[in-house]
Amino acid sequence: MPIDIDIAHVARLARLDLAEQELETLRSQLSAILEHAAKVQSLDTEGVEPSNHPLGFVNAFRADVVTGSLDRDEVLKMAPASRDGYFVTPPAMTQD
Amino acid sequence: MTETAAWEPVIGIEVHVELATQSKMFCGCAVGFGNDPNTNVCPTCLALPGALPVTNGRAIEWITKIGLALNCEISEWSVFHRKNYFYADLPKNYQISQFDIPVCHDGWLDVDADGETVRIGIERAHQEEDTGKSLHIGDGGRIHAATETLLDFNRAGVPLVEVVSKPDIRSAAQARAYAQTLREVVAELDVSDARLEEGSIRFDANISVRRGPEAEFGTKVEIKNMNSFRSLERAVDFEIKRQIAELESGGTVIQETRHWDEEAGVTSSMRTKEGSSDYRYFTEPDLVPIVVSPAWREEIRATLPELPHQRKARYAGLGVDSQTSLALSSADPQLRDLFDGAISAGADSRSAANWITGEIVAWMRREETDSIELTPEHLAEMLAMIDGNELSASAAKDVLDGLLRGEGTARQVAESRDLLQMTDAGAIESAVDAVLAENPDAVERYQGGEQKVVGFLVGQVMRATQGKADPKAVNVLLREKLS
Ligand SMILES: [Zn+2]
Repeated sequence: MPIDIDIAHVARLARLDLAEQELETLRSQLSAILEHAAKVQSLDTEGVEPSNHPLGFVNAFRADVVTGSLDRDEVLKMAPASRDGYFVTPPAMTQD
Repeated sequence: MTETAAWEPVIGIEVHVELATQSKMFCGCAVGFGNDPNTNVCPTCLALPGALPVTNGRAIEWITKIGLALNCEISEWSVFHRKNYFYADLPKNYQISQFDIPVCHDGWLDVDADGETVRIGIERAHQEEDTGKSLHIGDGGRIHAATETLLDFNRAGVPLVEVVSKPDIRSAAQARAYAQTLREVVAELDVSDARLEEGSIRFDANISVRRGPEAEFGTKVEIKNMNSFRSLERAVDFEIKRQIAELESGGTVIQETRHWDEEAGVTSSMRTKEGSSDYRYFTEPDLVPIVVSPAWREEIRATLPELPHQRKARYAGLGVDSQTSLALSSADPQLRDLFDGAISAGADSRSAANWITGEIVAWMRREETDSIELTPEHLAEMLAMIDGNELSASAAKDVLDGLLRGEGTARQVAESRDLLQMTDAGAIESAVDAVLAENPDAVERYQGGEQKVVGFLVGQVMRATQGKADPKAVNVLLREKLS
């Protein structure tokens, strides 16, 4: 059973600029994925322990210790623009 | 409820608390306020490809501590989620947070507002990471008119606990009291700097209004950018009035985020609020679940200090009046220790509290110092000397000054500063006799019925004894001799 998806909304949330044909292709692919998930969801899981993680262990903690940071000049060299120790980006918020 | 039932505000508050751990939530960068920009950054908190997060165990201990102090249930098992959104100060394009299973849930906090105590429910407290800081440049720093944005990622990845209240708050005063009380608790736990001015504790409020307590909740508006308790109270108050005016004039309230403008004293629309599903939460695959076992939880509970409301109740039990108790509760911790120590050393709790919140606080303010040499034993000794009429109240202030400067025991200071009250009955009597002999006029006037002349004679005796006689004893003795 095909699942209705607002593919344009999903693309917008992911900031993907997709052509009409790409949207169509992705709509049918995503629909197939959701149909598969729906099939899994219909299984009887009575008495099965819920699992949120495939690994069999918990509490992988690090001690609260400062282990050092990167050199700032090295870091800023990777950015398209920087000034006075800051990364520079286009305005983060526009009135739209 | 009818259409004309009084409007009731319904308020929930989200409090973000930055934890004062040494290192960040998921990497070993230092947590520090005011460091040079982008000096505490690494591949993990900059989201460089391939970098993996590892959970700071102390943060989990501390959020559990916060949850326990807020009377929460602690989840034995909880997980991290990715909250996906695009913003320049979020290098990964998602924030690691918690969604359906937070570490803490279903607690409460009692707060005092408008002369009553109200219990505000706590929905949840979850662990997440802070974002970087952006500086919007151009056109006077106004966010919408900025021409570029400068980014500092020192704060990105700092452990952040978000405490979400239930919509149990009913007034702007309650909102303020809740925020203040919560800050006091967090500060007491010593898990955060809890400084509003540095942003280590921040508040957002969700506000709606409805026709009376039985009606359905109205559309809620989120307000941001309140930088003090006062601005929180003002913003909530403004927003309640704005919504009521909107509805009464036939308009509707739209679900949105509004920005508080402290100078203009108004809230204004920021952007339409994204629904929860738009964040596309999913389990963080790079982190394993957190298990706070009952044993670990109880170990953490055992480290809880006495909380402000517990302390106030204990002071009340010691007979300290509520105003003094409040002053003492919020006083410098060394003064609270001084109080507890003086009580253990046998001091009367009421006088100890009064002297500490009165004279000692005043002295510290006058001397502009936090450093006092006074020991609890010396304070108790001084109070006992007042009780035993060895020190007058005014002489005791002088003794206290010496004690605060570390000049020795109360008796040593009283002796070296020559402040001991005269207790030798014979000496007082001869001073009284001498004054009577020198003032025959006054004696005559008293015997002629002018009672108030006793005051003058007491003053003369006090002068003759350099203020060291007990004025009450002098008064009694004078009246005896004059009758
Ligand atoms: Zn880092």
